[in-house]
Amino acid sequence: MAIAVRSKVKKRRGVGRIGYAPSPLMVYGLPWASIMLASLTPMLPIITSAPLVPPLALMMLIAWRQLRPGLLPVWAGLPLGFWDDLFSGQPLGSGILLFSLTMIALEAVERQLPWRGFLQEWLFASLIVVVYLVLGAVFANPGDFGALTILGPQILLSLLPFPFVNRIVGILDRLRLVRLSRIR
Amino acid sequence: MASSVKRSLGFSRREQYTNFAAWVVAVLGAVIGITLLVLSWTRSDRFEDARGAASDVTRPVAVAGAGGRSTSQSMFEEIGAYFRAGSKNRRLEKDLATARVRLAELQAVETENRRLKELLNLFEDEREPIVSARLIGSTSTSTRRFATMSAGTNQGVARGMPVRSERGLIGRVLETGRNTSRVLLVTDRQSTVPVRRAEDGLTAFAEGESDGTVRIRLVDLTINPLKPGDIFVTSGSGGFYLPNIPVAVVTELLSDGAVAQVLSNPAATEFVTVDPVFDPDAASEIE
Repeated sequence: MAIAVRSKVKKRRGVGRIGYAPSPLMVYGLPWASIMLASLTPMLPIITSAPLVPPLALMMLIAWRQLRPGLLPVWAGLPLGFWDDLFSGQPLGSGILLFSLTMIALEAVERQLPWRGFLQEWLFASLIVVVYLVLGAVFANPGDFGALTILGPQILLSLLPFPFVNRIVGILDRLRLVRLSRIR
Repeated sequence: MASSVKRSLGFSRREQYTNFAAWVVAVLGAVIGITLLVLSWTRSDRFEDARGAASDVTRPVAVAGAGGRSTSQSMFEEIGAYFRAGSKNRRLEKDLATARVRLAELQAVETENRRLKELLNLFEDEREPIVSARLIGSTSTSTRRFATMSAGTNQGVARGMPVRSERGLIGRVLETGRNTSRVLLVTDRQSTVPVRRAEDGLTAFAEGESDGTVRIRLVDLTINPLKPGDIFVTSGSGGFYLPNIPVAVVTELLSDGAVAQVLSNPAATEFVTVDPVFDPDAASEIE
């Protein structure tokens, strides 16, 4: 028994090192960095003839906001949306508006429903992603609602991997709190 | 999970002000978003510099990744080719025999063509392509169909230049950075290419559908003369595209035109060539 406990302690040594504290850069920077990295999906060597790839940056933003409320400020949608617009192909301003509204909506949910389960989080995330994709298509092709007809596969591909994105954010969150810098 | 956000902020003035300021900036963000969006709608190239700079910065990573794209896609094809080697060989030999006959016919036609052109005093429009580049990414999350290309103003690329692969037309340059540029693919909903049927010169427009196909709209609305398998090439009108670049092949008929599959699928294309604008004077009139 004692051996088992000791091995567990050994495994966690990196996380619980005495005399070390998490580095502030990682604690506050990693959420921003991971979302900005997710915005770079158009730079991936995937060239699709129809919109298919899920809006990963938005999904990461939602997952971070749901897992660690208060870590990203309410105004985080402004800079992150701007960054996303530079690469996404949407007209500039579309991401800024939709990311900002997402943060405000999630804050409102937080106030109205303080107790939530994972399925509810998934439901809210799904609603936001669908609204994001539909409004994004309208903003990108003003006055041309035909663009909405091709969104089906992408919506499906965006709703299903939400638990996976959530897991990745969970792993990143543990990485974020690894004790790296020595306390002086 | 219970909320970890405090419901009331307590008596700290500093905390109250910080919270209030955060909300002000959040709402301001939405307002800024709407403003920029309206500005983008009024002129689509308004924020070209910012986007160009951003894709220039990320270019090295994207180019490194693009090398893997063609190898990973061809790996599966090579494995599949082993299973079909025998039947493929037989078919190829048959094809070769017919191709030899066709080649002889074509040579005859070519000599005749040259002779006729000399009679008419036509000159051959042989232009050197400006640069050959790589497609390094596409807007795979947006309904707009743009691709990023690994050449920009430093390589002589300018707005409006047609981009094509050896199989056919890909699109035209929409925005340029220093070493990257954004290409409007022919499948984008806001792309219209003047085309004509290869066999008889029936004129039409190829409009993108954003789902990998284009819609052929006929200029003269009479009885639909199209049939599946018709090949459309650029007509050269409008001034952007050189004539006779293959664009699409008709797959499905509609009442006022047809749905056509694009011949050079950007997803399967790695290297593209950029041509000069066919007729800059005519093109600038349209812009």
